[in-house]
Amino acid sequence: MKNWFMLTLVGKDRPGIVAKVSAALYRGGANLGEASMTRLGGNFAVMLMTQYEGPPEALEKIVAPVAGGLALRLHIDPIEGELHRHVEPNVRVSVYGADRAGIVAEVTGALAEAGLNILDLESDVGGSSQRPIYIMHIEGHAEGGADKVKRIMEALTKEKNIEVQIAPIDTLLG
Amino acid sequence: MAVLDILTYPDPRLKQTSSPVSSFDAPLRDFIADLEETLLAHPGCVGLAAPQAGRFERIVVLDVSGKPQVPNNGRLTLINPEIVRADGSAVGREGCLSVPDYTGNVARAEKIALKAFDSYGRECLYRMEGFEARAALHEIDHLDGLLFLDRLVSRRNALFRRKNYGLSGAAKTNPS
Repeated sequence: MKNWFMLTLVGKDRPGIVAKVSAALYRGGANLGEASMTRLGGNFAVMLMTQYEGPPEALEKIVAPVAGGLALRLHIDPIEGELHRHVEPNVRVSVYGADRAGIVAEVTGALAEAGLNILDLESDVGGSSQRPIYIMHIEGHAEGGADKVKRIMEALTKEKNIEVQIAPIDTLLG
Repeated sequence: MAVLDILTYPDPRLKQTSSPVSSFDAPLRDFIADLEETLLAHPGCVGLAAPQAGRFERIVVLDVSGKPQVPNNGRLTLINPEIVRADGSAVGREGCLSVPDYTGNVARAEKIALKAFDSYGRECLYRMEGFEARAALHEIDHLDGLLFLDRLVSRRNALFRRKNYGLSGAAKTNPS
């Protein structure tokens, strides 16, 4: 019986992290599933679904040497997840504004109130050190669709001086 | 009439180029009836191309009229379709019966004009925009062995939708 694990690896970014980690897992007999990996503030963060026949300790033995060699912190969680459990997003939210404390809490608080389940969020800080700007993209699913989310978010946009755009994701099936 | 089996990737036949239709005869119309029945058998599906059903001829059935508030030309059969004009570009989400359990963002022209023959060999000109244009371009891609997987754009690049959809400021793009 093969079990799913969530591997989390975080450390200073350098070339070759993905190649070395995935090669070690492949050699160790593990199978990879869905993953999200990105560079955040000079660090590289890996979240990786891994299928492995054996206990988490054995999986750790496969990954720990390569993670150590790359100075990555490693975390392994057994998960109940499986592949083919996608939820289709039907709302896209784009946000930007002068960076300040509280943007994410305000926006996501309002989105939660509007019934939006966040499926994917990525954000970045651009601009300059003196005048940073915050940019965020969210995809999610809301029972009432984009219109309901839009109504609830409109008040926030006016009050908080941030640009929020909400658009339906109307997936074409062809 | 029959509901046809749908090929799914990684079936290599989905990557082949389909041939133009040369005979506009009763067997062609029988096949189109089957293709339409197959489309109807998949709720939410707005178009099908013949190669998805294992027939490698340039035939598409399309119907986005079930979508609320979407401008459309009704139920269409497009044979040997040819894009004659394409304007603008927009990113939208696509999925495909031939690629189950995956959707992704694809940039397509916002407005197109296309020539195609109907099942009796009559040439027609259609103007399409938005969702219908996207559906037509998605299906026509199948005729050239292309899946939406060949055109994925990163969600990071799927930035703000332009507030103004006026074509004056939009670049003309070539969809092929």
